[in-house]
Amino acid sequence: MAQEEFEEIVDAFDYLDEWQDRYRHVIDMGKAMSPLDEALKVPATKVEGCASQVWLVPNVEGTGATAIFTFEGESDAVIVRGLIAVLKALFSGLSVREVLNVDARAELNRLGLEEHLTSQRSNGLRSMVKRIQELAGSVRGN
Amino acid sequence: MYDVERIRRDFPILGREVNGQPLVYLDNGASAQKPQVVIDAVTRAYSQEYSNVHRGLHYLSNLATEKYEAVRGTIARFLNAGETEEIVMNSGTTEGINTVAYAWAMPRMEAGDEIVLSVMEHHANIVPWHFLRERQGVVLKWVDVDETGALPPERVLDAIGPRTRLIAVTHLSNVLGTRVDVKSICRGAQERGVPVLVDGSQGAVHMPVDVQDIGCDFYAITGHKLYGPSGSGAVYIRKERQAEMRPFMGGGDMIRDVKKDEITWADPPMKFEAGTPGIVQQIGLGVALDYLMDLGLENVARHEARLCDYVRSRIDGLNWLNVQGTTPDKAAIFSFTLNGAAHAHDISTVLDKKGVAVRAGHHCAAPLMERYGITASARASFGLYNTEAEVDALVDALELCQDLFG
Repeated sequence: MAQEEFEEIVDAFDYLDEWQDRYRHVIDMGKAMSPLDEALKVPATKVEGCASQVWLVPNVEGTGATAIFTFEGESDAVIVRGLIAVLKALFSGLSVREVLNVDARAELNRLGLEEHLTSQRSNGLRSMVKRIQELAGSVRGN
Repeated sequence: MYDVERIRRDFPILGREVNGQPLVYLDNGASAQKPQVVIDAVTRAYSQEYSNVHRGLHYLSNLATEKYEAVRGTIARFLNAGETEEIVMNSGTTEGINTVAYAWAMPRMEAGDEIVLSVMEHHANIVPWHFLRERQGVVLKWVDVDETGALPPERVLDAIGPRTRLIAVTHLSNVLGTRVDVKSICRGAQERGVPVLVDGSQGAVHMPVDVQDIGCDFYAITGHKLYGPSGSGAVYIRKERQAEMRPFMGGGDMIRDVKKDEITWADPPMKFEAGTPGIVQQIGLGVALDYLMDLGLENVARHEARLCDYVRSRIDGLNWLNVQGTTPDKAAIFSFTLNGAAHAHDISTVLDKKGVAVRAGHHCAAPLMERYGITASARASFGLYNTEAEVDALVDALELCQDLFG
């Protein structure tokens, strides 16, 4: 389900040759995302390593490697919020095992996002991916 | 005649592209680019003239010492200090202000004594004073800017009380571009017997500075903002204040004699320069200051004032752009937010795609951001090599931002 959503984003990006249009797409996804409950924006959910403020809150249904992993997130920067939407499409709804098996760098490269984002922000993207897979990994460890 | 195109050719980095676009470098407030003469001086120093200073008696040590010490004279000329010995060389304004905090302020301040600061200080002129607040109970008294971001001298002088021991104030705000009439502040403070430290990290870059005319006790500068190497700088310390200072950092070079249970200090300024200094950085700074003085700070200031006017004329009608700091007497530093969804990081990301380099964040001035009720802003800060065409590039890129985020 989530993967399908991600494929749709990849398809949309294929049609967008200009970087402005790709940005606009990411920005629109960011604007469309529902905000995170203020009470959830605490140090424990904050992702370090991003230039902007980023919070990721996981939710797991079930136990073990087949548990279903979803998450909510937010950032004060719109582009980053859009990137969180991209990551939700990539990861949310997968089983914990599947989350850990996603080759995030390869998938995101299909969007050409690495080359279109400043290195600092790409680091932020990497930090977010790292946190998502760590969160999933900690569930499997239970 | 200020030929900006000829000047631009002195700065090799300005010829490069970023993200496939010609570089438009508007982050001079954070750090300025270097002219070829500075780059050459650094290369020459390492390839032909390098050794440690103040130590060996061999040829290269003498040569390096001569070159290094000559820079002290260049800085004294640049600031018009009365005596060369009033220049303490260091790694920049942060070290300069920390030196004053540790060596001068700490031993003479007690709980309840006050330091007067403006809300638009850079963290480098805030955090060292917090040390005194935390450790010694010194009270920090904050002076607010007016609604245009100006700091009338009376506001600072009115904050002086019987326990005020120091005024620490910027010459030019790194966020608002506001110029501060430090001369009037110093005159009023002197009448009340209160020393004044001026953070000249930005000020010395954008206008001629004469520390004797200003009448300050301390004036700190940063080399990398003055088109010199990173890790270079100095603080002017008036002779009377030097006499009141204990050493801050201990180590080589700052002593006359060391025994197992006794020590005597070198005379100032060496007393405040422990360890091997940034020899080559400082040599590069000397060349950068000569470059600036050859151009003439008045001419630089005039050029930047024209740019400032042009920026204002271009952004005047943009009702989606909020500029922090609107005082008429400001330098070409523009901090802003956009109406709508865009965060400062969003703005700088899109500007970067267009080759325009700006700073985004809190600009190391958190109390000022709080004052304006924002957590971050984008800042375009202009320098001696920027052009009106680059202002146009900035405005075009901002219009794209508005289109994308608005």
